[in-house]
Amino acid sequence: MKRLFLSLFLISGLATAAVAQSAQYQDAMLKQTGDLDSSRTFDSEALLAKANTFERIAEVEKTQWLPYYYAAYCQVMMCFVSQDKTKTDELADKASVNLDKAEALSSKNSEIACVRSLVASARLMVDPASRGMKYGMEAGQQIELAKTYNPENPRVYLLLGQSLLFTPEQFGGSKTKAKTMLETAMQKYAAFKSDSAIAPHWGEPYAKELLSKAQ
Amino acid sequence: MLKVNLYLSLFIFLPLALLAQHKISGKVTDSKKHPLPGVNISIKGTYDGATSKADGSFSFTTDASGDQVLTAVLTGYQLLEIKISTDNAGQLSVILRNEVNALRLVTISAGSFEASDDKKGTVLKPLDIVTTAGAGADIVNAIKTLPGAQQTNDREGLFVRGGTGYETQTLIDGMLVRNPFSSTTPDVPGRGRFSPFLFKGTTFSSGGYSAQYGQALSSALALESTDLPQRSSASIGVSVIGFSGGMENLSKDKKTSWGLEGDYTNLSPYYNVVKPRQTPNLGPEFIGTSVNFRRKTSSTGLLKFYGYGNWGKLGFSSPSIEYPGDTESYKVRNGNIYTNMTYRESLGRDWRLYIGASFSTNSDNINTDTLIKAPLPTAIRIQSTLSQSRMMFTRNLGRFSALRLGGEYQYATEKFSFNQMPYNYADNYIAGFTEADIYFTPSFVGRVGGRAEYSSVLARMNIAPRLSLAYKVNTFSQFSVAYGDYYQKPEPQYIRFNHGLGYMKATHYIASFQRVASDYTFRTELFYKKYTDLVKTVPDYNNNGNGYAQGVEIFWRDRKTFKNVDYWISYSYLDTKRNYLNFPKEVQPDFAATHTASLVYKHFFPKLATNLGFTYTFATGRPYFNPNLPADKFMSEKTIDYHALGVSVSYLTTIRKAFTVFVLSVSNAPANKQVFGYRYSSDGLRRGEITPNVPRFVYIGMFMSIGTDRRQDVINNF
Repeated sequence: MKRLFLSLFLISGLATAAVAQSAQYQDAMLKQTGDLDSSRTFDSEALLAKANTFERIAEVEKTQWLPYYYAAYCQVMMCFVSQDKTKTDELADKASVNLDKAEALSSKNSEIACVRSLVASARLMVDPASRGMKYGMEAGQQIELAKTYNPENPRVYLLLGQSLLFTPEQFGGSKTKAKTMLETAMQKYAAFKSDSAIAPHWGEPYAKELLSKAQ
Repeated sequence: MLKVNLYLSLFIFLPLALLAQHKISGKVTDSKKHPLPGVNISIKGTYDGATSKADGSFSFTTDASGDQVLTAVLTGYQLLEIKISTDNAGQLSVILRNEVNALRLVTISAGSFEASDDKKGTVLKPLDIVTTAGAGADIVNAIKTLPGAQQTNDREGLFVRGGTGYETQTLIDGMLVRNPFSSTTPDVPGRGRFSPFLFKGTTFSSGGYSAQYGQALSSALALESTDLPQRSSASIGVSVIGFSGGMENLSKDKKTSWGLEGDYTNLSPYYNVVKPRQTPNLGPEFIGTSVNFRRKTSSTGLLKFYGYGNWGKLGFSSPSIEYPGDTESYKVRNGNIYTNMTYRESLGRDWRLYIGASFSTNSDNINTDTLIKAPLPTAIRIQSTLSQSRMMFTRNLGRFSALRLGGEYQYATEKFSFNQMPYNYADNYIAGFTEADIYFTPSFVGRVGGRAEYSSVLARMNIAPRLSLAYKVNTFSQFSVAYGDYYQKPEPQYIRFNHGLGYMKATHYIASFQRVASDYTFRTELFYKKYTDLVKTVPDYNNNGNGYAQGVEIFWRDRKTFKNVDYWISYSYLDTKRNYLNFPKEVQPDFAATHTASLVYKHFFPKLATNLGFTYTFATGRPYFNPNLPADKFMSEKTIDYHALGVSVSYLTTIRKAFTVFVLSVSNAPANKQVFGYRYSSDGLRRGEITPNVPRFVYIGMFMSIGTDRRQDVINNF
């Protein structure tokens, strides 16, 4: 009986150690990803703090792609939030490094391709006249890739809808096309099943907001 | 049971963890005690950490106890790791040191304008370099809006800082281009042969350039071709003077690509509507083709092939100045082929290899009836070929410094016949060079090198030393100086009649200052150039000519002040005199203007998807030879000042799935009178003005591309 208790205790102890670590990871990630869609997050300082936190987690959890992915996401969002275009290339470089690390852990990942597309768009916006061709194309290619990796990913349709909405008609954009695309995005959001609570899930409120603009 | 135990043990351990929390706080600064915000601080091996605030302060709690490693990370600074004890860390003061990166590093800049996407902070982007209304998609016409270049528009070539067009060499991927301009009739400048779309980078060196290159007294225009395209594409263009088409194909594995292009230009329908000053009697008609091939041979190796063929014919007749009432005619048929192949690869840790080979051939068949009537109509045939091979090794020295070693061999033939009288020669040219970029500190660099050359037709050797220094004052500003000796063979038309000639020589001295921020650029340069051993044709062929050029240049570009507007201004002051060819004394030559200025203005209207561009160029009058004046008044008279205003409008749209742009472009829109010089009859009694063949050229075209959006390319070209 004593032995039984002892072995039980040992087993549970070991299990606790393993679960506690992943619980710590889950906890930390849940805390950081929970408010990703809140407007409070979309401020340079808050995004920087978040990006740094994700990088700290990534530094410890070297086998997880999500912390790298989220760090890159926050860094690229900083490019869009900030009016200071002189910082964009530096942030985009950092985001690319994180995405490379994420991709090494999880290849052909639709979510990573989506953020890569955002990175290309951010670089484009520094100087649309001279960078339009190169980065506009790259942004488009990455969305295409994201779609082939997972046609059910709602963020693919969100990004496509966004680009249709903000592209002048002479360049192939239009409100009606954007509306159709964003409606598809909303359907995909409704149907989308995340792998876990901390898997990428951002964008639905933004899609809703864009849809109202496209009406 | 297991689950119960699990929660149980969690409960047991949690209070312990809570008990062990430690507070870590402090301040991050740089080595000059300025606070650093945004620094990511953490305890190594844990998630615990914080981001420093605007005043550099940070604070967080951690479960880790005892001796730990604190890390601090910020882009542009060296990673810092310090040992702390979480039990009694106190108020930490963390100091980060600058990391030397490409942005902080000084670069060699005297004498050169670099346009490249690869490097940040370059003065002009590759697309910008062709962004000039009125430039008509011609690289050299666009370069003429940069300081140092002259508005010499009655003959082809880039005339730089008191140098002739012959003194500028064009290079593609390091390989010499023997005939970069299409052949034309006298007083009409030939267009550059190569499409600006082919190049990802352009360096216009107006002096003091690297020992890698030789045989150019004044200037080097180095073009760097594009690498693998990002995707397959096709394009077509239709305009009032012809049509063009092309395609690029990228293999599935994205390691190989090939491309084909072709164009046909016929100006005679246009000249039927807009009557030119001279009457066309042949063409003008041109066919151009090109083929390219790229292969990525490894992660660092790239093989490139480019081949180009162009066939053209044109001829004009005009009233004779010599014999009033008579007509003179000049006809030229040209064939040109240029090919080059280059290969780059990294050889292990510190060595890089570059190998190149090229072959080109050019033939001009000229029939003229422009000379004095005594000899009957003349037939001139010129055929030149050039084969070149080149090899260079680069070795990194330390973190930033590098050593380059290389050599090249050229075999050139020149065949010339004047009414069947042949004057032929061949030249074996061999050169070796070595050059080192040495960083004394990240903000102070020196480039020291030299070049040795031997030409068999001249049977002479030369040694040309080169030296540049650059010092960076702060993130944006730097000073540079450069010195160099430059040698060049005399032009073929002089060598073919006299094989005893030697090299011509120029010595450059340059001092420059530049300030480059992300949205504006300011540059100014002072130069002095000394010419010796220039070719003289009177009283006989010799190398007794000499001269000098000195001046100051200013360049300002601003993309920030006005929304959707990008403009640049350049100004050059040039004081130059030379005694060469048949000049009786040292005078300002007929291709040099004292003051030259350009304003390039681009305005994009996003709502209309329309781009509007203006290019205004100005140059003071150039000297010309009036045979009625005594010899001491040689070249003393000047033409009227030169004014040109180019305007272009382009509208971007999409037709089905094809990106489409419509272009309207007008060169010299107000039709200002332009006089480049005068031709006199041999008795000096009658003269004719040298003026453009059409005062104003109106171009209307449409370009469509599928796969790759090239609209921006096109609008930037008109």
